[in-house]
Amino acid sequence: MIEIRHLFKSYPQRDGVVVPVLRDINLTVADKSITAIVGPSGAGKSTLSKCISLLEHPTEGSILVNGQDLSRLSGEALRRQRRAIGTIFQSSALLHRRTAAQNIALPLEFLGVVESDIRRRVQELLAAVELSDKADCYPAQLSGGQQQRVGIARALALHPKVLLSDEATSGLDPQVTESILRLLRRLRDEFDLSIILITHEMDVVRSVADSVAAISGGRIVEQGRIQDLVANPLSPIGRQLVPLRVIEGGNAQTVVEVTYGADGVVPGDWLSGVGEQLNARVHLLGANVEAIGDHLHGRARISLEFRDGSVDDAALLAVFRAFGLAAAVHRPDASANDDHQTCIEPDGTRRRA
Amino acid sequence: MSQAVNQPVSNDTPWSEVHTLLLPAYGETVLMVSIVMVLVVLLGTVTGVLLFNTSNRGLFPHGRFNQTLSWFVNMGRSLPFLVLMAAIIPFTKYITGTTIGIKAAVVPMVIAGVPFFARLVENALRDLPRETGAVGLVSCGSIPQIIWHVQLGEALPSLISGITLNTISMIEYSAIAGTIGAGGIGYLAVVYGYQRFDHNIMISTIVALVLTIQLVQWIGDRLVRVTSH
Repeated sequence: MIEIRHLFKSYPQRDGVVVPVLRDINLTVADKSITAIVGPSGAGKSTLSKCISLLEHPTEGSILVNGQDLSRLSGEALRRQRRAIGTIFQSSALLHRRTAAQNIALPLEFLGVVESDIRRRVQELLAAVELSDKADCYPAQLSGGQQQRVGIARALALHPKVLLSDEATSGLDPQVTESILRLLRRLRDEFDLSIILITHEMDVVRSVADSVAAISGGRIVEQGRIQDLVANPLSPIGRQLVPLRVIEGGNAQTVVEVTYGADGVVPGDWLSGVGEQLNARVHLLGANVEAIGDHLHGRARISLEFRDGSVDDAALLAVFRAFGLAAAVHRPDASANDDHQTCIEPDGTRRRA
Repeated sequence: MSQAVNQPVSNDTPWSEVHTLLLPAYGETVLMVSIVMVLVVLLGTVTGVLLFNTSNRGLFPHGRFNQTLSWFVNMGRSLPFLVLMAAIIPFTKYITGTTIGIKAAVVPMVIAGVPFFARLVENALRDLPRETGAVGLVSCGSIPQIIWHVQLGEALPSLISGITLNTISMIEYSAIAGTIGAGGIGYLAVVYGYQRFDHNIMISTIVALVLTIQLVQWIGDRLVRVTSH
């Protein structure tokens, strides 16, 4: 488990002005879980990454791995303790004059592990990343994905408790990215790892992360479990994870935007169910439904064409709620305010967006 | 009288005797350049590693140290070798007790060679990917381990081509040092070839130098190929 507590980092400039880069970062990643850190470039992701990999000392705050603060160590103590955190770099950063096996052996050699133990551990790690047959290949003979697997094996060589992946899948094609992410998921469970993924790819977050923290302007602006964020109609990250692109509703009477609830009980036939219960024709204007974890999550915008009269908002939204959907009525013609909507959460709380 | 001026007497050493002059001189050049290169590689590597690692991309950045060292390195490189050699004669005499011969030539050659090689080492380290140092650190390397196994280890092919370049420079410098009586091929070329108009010696020294430099470059290129993966 890694806990980042009240982490601040600022850099003094030449002219004496201190520029804050990270402000009060708090983040906990439990064993066997993957937290993604997302944010625009310049938000402070790479500085946070350097602090977590102990390449930079934070200005204030602490980084605890299994309760021990590693952020204040230096010299030989730092060198010995930093094995608790394994780091994977964007470009895999392998040493080109060493074979795959020799790259993986590097941290073991540095800590003076005896030759026979090094050989055994390297074999284990090569097997764990499914590259046993490539032990004697040089990085130039490996594909990008294979190089990254070697990078992962090297990061795991010293039995770390935390694995930090700094844009490790950027630049890999989608299939290779998917296989690397599958590997990370498996390693998380096999080695009880807390994994921190620094990334700008929402696909990566959606397919592998358990939690996500969005960082902007050096602060964490949103943070939570993936399924909670995608089920929250008002969450900006939720909207990025499951983006909804729609066509405009034309002359439809009532436009409703729905978000699948967090508990994953939305029945597959909700569209026809809603139509039957409201006695309305349902037009789909746009939808995005994805399996995240074990459940379907998504958003949809529909327009309703009532066969007799109309239904008032509260009754309307209650119907959706019964299907486990958070719904909001869109009124494009509601005076000047396009975004005016009433929103009812699956738990029945009502709020205005 | 006027006939003697119009028909210069040939001073050429007979071809059959060229080797008696050329081989010892060649041996002296090899010895001189070898001693110099050992010192240049040792001292230049240390200097180059310090230059890189005290820069803001290095393992222990230290602006002021870096600037000072860089200033000295530039100073060593700014003087033409002939000027440098003459300028440091008192220093050479203090170190070696003499101002002529191989020993005396080694001092200015090392002083000229170290800054040159230091820059080559610094450039070789700068050409490594930016994450290289970080890889060493997160792999729990100590500073000496990272410098040796990661930085110099990865830069080996560039270092070899640097050594090749530097060796060729030093062969050239040894010829210049020949003019102050350092011995070697340069001395032979100047004293026999130039001052005595000995064409056979001139031609044979030129051929020897051209072949040597081709050979050094060929060996260097091969080693670079073998060490690159």
